[in-house]
Amino acid sequence: MNIPTNLKYTKSDEWFDPSTGAAGITDYAQGQLSDIVFVEILVEAGEEVAVGKPIASVESVKASAEIYSPAAGKVSAVNKGLSEKPELINSDPYGEAWMIKIEGGAAGDVMDAAAYEKYCEGRTH
Amino acid sequence: MATIIEPTIFELSSPGRRGVTMPASDVPETALPPKELLRSELPLPELAEVDVVRHYVKLSKFNYSVDDGFYPLGSCTMKYNPKINEDTCRLPGFLFTHPLQPIETVQGNLALMYELQEWLKEISGFAGVTLQPAAGAHGEFTGVLMMAAYHKSRGDTKRTKMLIPDAAHGTNPASVGMLGMSVVTIPSDERGNVDLKALEAACDDTVVGMMLTNPNTLGMFDENIEKVIELVHKCGGLMYGDGANLNALLGIVRPGDLGFDVMHFNLHKTFSVPHGGGGPGSGPVGVSQTLVDFLPAPLVGIIEEGDDDDETAPLYGFVTPKNSIGRMKAFHGHFGGGLVRAYTYIAMHGPDGLKDIAQYAVLNANYLQARLRGTYHIPYDRICMHEFVAEGRFEGSDVRALDISKRLMDYGFHPPTNYFPLIVPEALMIEPTETENKDALDRFADALIKIAEEARTQPDLLHNAPSTTKFGRMDEVKAARELVLCCWLPEDYSDQ
Repeated sequence: MNIPTNLKYTKSDEWFDPSTGAAGITDYAQGQLSDIVFVEILVEAGEEVAVGKPIASVESVKASAEIYSPAAGKVSAVNKGLSEKPELINSDPYGEAWMIKIEGGAAGDVMDAAAYEKYCEGRTH
Repeated sequence: MATIIEPTIFELSSPGRRGVTMPASDVPETALPPKELLRSELPLPELAEVDVVRHYVKLSKFNYSVDDGFYPLGSCTMKYNPKINEDTCRLPGFLFTHPLQPIETVQGNLALMYELQEWLKEISGFAGVTLQPAAGAHGEFTGVLMMAAYHKSRGDTKRTKMLIPDAAHGTNPASVGMLGMSVVTIPSDERGNVDLKALEAACDDTVVGMMLTNPNTLGMFDENIEKVIELVHKCGGLMYGDGANLNALLGIVRPGDLGFDVMHFNLHKTFSVPHGGGGPGSGPVGVSQTLVDFLPAPLVGIIEEGDDDDETAPLYGFVTPKNSIGRMKAFHGHFGGGLVRAYTYIAMHGPDGLKDIAQYAVLNANYLQARLRGTYHIPYDRICMHEFVAEGRFEGSDVRALDISKRLMDYGFHPPTNYFPLIVPEALMIEPTETENKDALDRFADALIKIAEEARTQPDLLHNAPSTTKFGRMDEVKAARELVLCCWLPEDYSDQ
């Protein structure tokens, strides 16, 4: 399982990059969902988001899931191309599959990589 | 593996073929509506009757249904549907009537609907019932509309939140979303009950109410149900019951007695209306005294009592509740397909028979759970109601719930519900229903136990399953990503 150390993580499996403001879903989350077949970003650039606000909706062959904002702030960019290629969430969850960028984002209740790894292990069995 | 594919009906089409020859018109012709109102083309397939019959008979042979065998699709109550229902719903008096006929000419139909309303009230403990909703989710929407109308009638306009447990059917939040309300998810506790602390924290004066399935999708009867309802009522909210799992309660527990304010019935689950091909459903809604004035209009009522010695009395007709939310469906619900079959089913069973249904449904589920315990991990392991949820995964194995389900098809069974409820990883949700005998339950349990063994010794058997069906493993990802539903494409689409 890939858990980059420079990112912060939520209990609902979103990642947040404090240096760039980017956010998306984790490698663990994409693995649990399996093949992603649909993604819709629910917010637009310029919008204010609060921690826990739904920012995207993701569907796989197994389930659908709401993705919540890991930070509060103003949305500076959304990854418009992602809905054309939802499979990027499976192949590159921390890179090309970023969902939104939050300007001056203040992270909510987040964990570092080590804590998140422990949290994921606790759920495997 | 040889695959025989039946072309789509559009591919079988050939211009000029037809099933019937229409006689020449013997009425005056009139001009068509203006061109702007007409479709420029309507690409209906053109086939002879024999082509159509053979096409659909062929497709029907690819199918698996409750008439083929065991169908433990959790939360769907795929019970066997008695064939006497098919006789009654085809009685000419029911079949050849029209909803716009004068009521004096359809008194039998209205009497059946009236009595069905009364029976559903008796079964559920509610004060009023509408038969209009087309299916379960439509019933939910109807119920939530009534909840909203109730609050509005009291000038209580700041209630916008619906409380929904994390084990709920996806239709619950969807129905709420249709009305522009927001959803607050309430977690389940470690015994599979509503987490009372989380519920208490969420209850305030902005709550419309709570939507709860009891027994829930884990097959668990909420051990604190009275407390849950009390908490919701205390903050001014109303209690919605999702009746999808009513099969477990028939004749034992009445949701109205528990304090629920509104609940939909799934006649197509509990009361043996065939379903599984996408319909037709039937989703009547029952309400407590609090909501009777808000029921959709019209309801079937007695409009003239008449004298006791008059054999045409009473006169049935339509009545409108005082603060009705209005009509939810053109005409009166799924009459022949749903209401007549459900009426027949209830009449054939009687009160004691209905109680037997619930008891055997619960017994069968507990028997299967007991046989699988130890082979499959059951995360919420206590006496279940009509269904239970097992985990389709094994320590140190890459076999998943989907592989197990596909392998079950090789053993001749319909798979259980997969990956639902979401709170159980690799969920296999198993609902045997009351119509299966012990031999069928044992064969199914034997197959699942054998498959668990195969998962250890020959996992590829599972990964490559099914191998004995007409079609092998479907490419679900491709199907979901490339939304082309048939092989036939309009001309201007073909070079893309």
